[in-house]
Amino acid sequence: MATPGTNPIVTFDGVHKTFGRFRALNGVSLSVGRGERIVICGPSGSGKSTLVRCINRLEAIDSGRLTVDGIDLDGDVRAIRAVRRKTAMVFQSLNLFPHLTALGNAAFAPESALGLSRGEAEARAMRYLARVHVLDQADKYPGQLSGGQQQRVAIARALAMEPEILLFDEPTSALDPEMTREVLDAMIEIAREGRTMIVVTHEMGFARAVADRILFMDGGEIVEDAPPSAFFEAPRQERTRAFLAQILGH
Amino acid sequence: MGPTDAAIRPAGSARPLAWLRANFFGSIPSSLMSLALLAALAATLPDLVRWALVDSVWRTADPAVCRTAGGACWAVIGEKYRVMLFGTYPFDQHWRGYAMMAIVLTLVGVSTVRRLWSGALLIAWGVGLSAAMVLQFGGFAGLARVPTSLWGGLPLTLAIFLGTVLGGFPLAVLLALGRQSRLPVVRALSIGFIETVRGVPLVNILFVAALLFPLFMPAGVNFDKLLRAQVGMLIFFAAYTAESVRGGLQAVPHSQYEAADSLGVSYWERTLKIVLPQALRIAIPAVVNDVIRAFKNTSVLVIIGLLDLLGGTMAALEDPRWTRFYVEAYLFVAALYFLFCFSLSQYSQKLETEMKTGRNY
Ligand SMILES: Nc1ncnc2c1ncn2[C@@H]1O[C@H](COP(=O)(O)OP(=O)(O)O)[C@@H](O)[C@H]1O
Ligand SMILES: [Mg+2]
Repeated sequence: MATPGTNPIVTFDGVHKTFGRFRALNGVSLSVGRGERIVICGPSGSGKSTLVRCINRLEAIDSGRLTVDGIDLDGDVRAIRAVRRKTAMVFQSLNLFPHLTALGNAAFAPESALGLSRGEAEARAMRYLARVHVLDQADKYPGQLSGGQQQRVAIARALAMEPEILLFDEPTSALDPEMTREVLDAMIEIAREGRTMIVVTHEMGFARAVADRILFMDGGEIVEDAPPSAFFEAPRQERTRAFLAQILGH
Repeated sequence: MGPTDAAIRPAGSARPLAWLRANFFGSIPSSLMSLALLAALAATLPDLVRWALVDSVWRTADPAVCRTAGGACWAVIGEKYRVMLFGTYPFDQHWRGYAMMAIVLTLVGVSTVRRLWSGALLIAWGVGLSAAMVLQFGGFAGLARVPTSLWGGLPLTLAIFLGTVLGGFPLAVLLALGRQSRLPVVRALSIGFIETVRGVPLVNILFVAALLFPLFMPAGVNFDKLLRAQVGMLIFFAAYTAESVRGGLQAVPHSQYEAADSLGVSYWERTLKIVLPQALRIAIPAVVNDVIRAFKNTSVLVIIGLLDLLGGTMAALEDPRWTRFYVEAYLFVAALYFLFCFSLSQYSQKLETEMKTGRNY
């Protein structure tokens, strides 16, 4: 397991991001080591989504510096494409491509973005559909799948890019509890493989089981950044304690 | 019809009286309407039937027979259909027009069956359209050359229509994409083109195409009149259809763009494989509307002196012996237009329900 700061794969350095006059990220500095698993939590509107969406440049930062696997995300188009091929994202909204089968969803980017042949892309897609236990659904369209199955296909779609970094933005918050379980189980399995993962979630059981570090965000800032034991037993900030009390129902 | 009619309507024709009452005499206004309609039918229908069916003449080479009969002279169709269907195309070459239409209509018919959509069908279109062109132009494979100035009738209508749709649709998609482009120049050009063309009547565009283009051309360059009309029809269709396609594009959720972007695919991969397949499905009804309108718009070509189906009919009626039976001739042409447009609209409805209930979406 990598320790924070050594061989970082993602670095934020004084990053600001505003929407109009609203400061979504307010001077964020963060270093994520290769292979680290980071869980981000915090109240709604605190900037969690914005932070992960900056990493694959779905949002452009206003100031500061952001590098991903040594590539400076400064607006250069080729740098953006390169970073997007090193990262893959699972969204909260189940946004599979509705006109493609599960297999087509997972094979699309390996073929289109990575230049694999159709056959190679599909073989790879099958492998990752199997990894998240939806291989038997390969020929179905998203509209024919349950929410949990859809989200696992979305994970397979992300994995099929074989990315350096996996990003998750509240992957289970649109799902029923039973489906949440199956998706979290799949994510836990993947976490064992040593890929860098940055996960926005309020599933504290998952955080405890998987995270190397847990970040607590509030008001566009990282308020707390600690390993799970310290994060849960001895949070340093009052805001973190209040949030934990609320979310854990103390 | 009231909201209750579905509930009241009996399952079969078991209670026709109840059905009649529910649908036509359910309330006082409804009863009055029904009675007025009945009165109108009673006043016109007998005359119409007598004119169209009883006193009518179906076959004769002598217009005098029609005149004495006093009813509809359907014989004008039998006597004049060759000119109506083929205009000034050389008479002994009309078989080429028939063959051309058979090819084109077969292609269109086969293409309505979704199961048959494949690469082979595309090849069939390529081969079929080439054959149709060879048949129309001639000067090849032993066929006499027929200058486009002699083209006419239904083959001309179909040729212009196909050229308009097949050439105009890709242009429409490009214009719709251009209108959403992040590049200001592309966006401005697309909007300028679309709005300019949509702001001008079709006839006007055709006049510009027919009269103005030659002025800008260097002397001696003969820009074929048919081609000019084709270009005019095509850009008109493209401008309108671009707006229909834009409607489809706007209905594709932003999250689809983000999902594709997050996977690092290029603009064109995203557009061709993710956005357009979804947008075009949504746009189908609107686009089919544009296609139907394009078919009917071909009748405007007569104004710039091209003998399309309607023009051919007008030419046929110039024969003084038959001129007075123009109503029958125009009814026949109207039936042809209707047949074509109605089939298109039926097909689009079928396509829509197929896509709604279809397992693949
Ligand atoms: N595209 C946007 N336009 C305007 N405001 C936005 C946009 N995206 C996010 N915001 C605002 O930025 C703030 C942070 O959003 P977000 O990062 O989504 O928070 P979180 O994921 O923690 O709930 C929110 O107040 C939100 O309203
Ligand atoms: Mg969020």
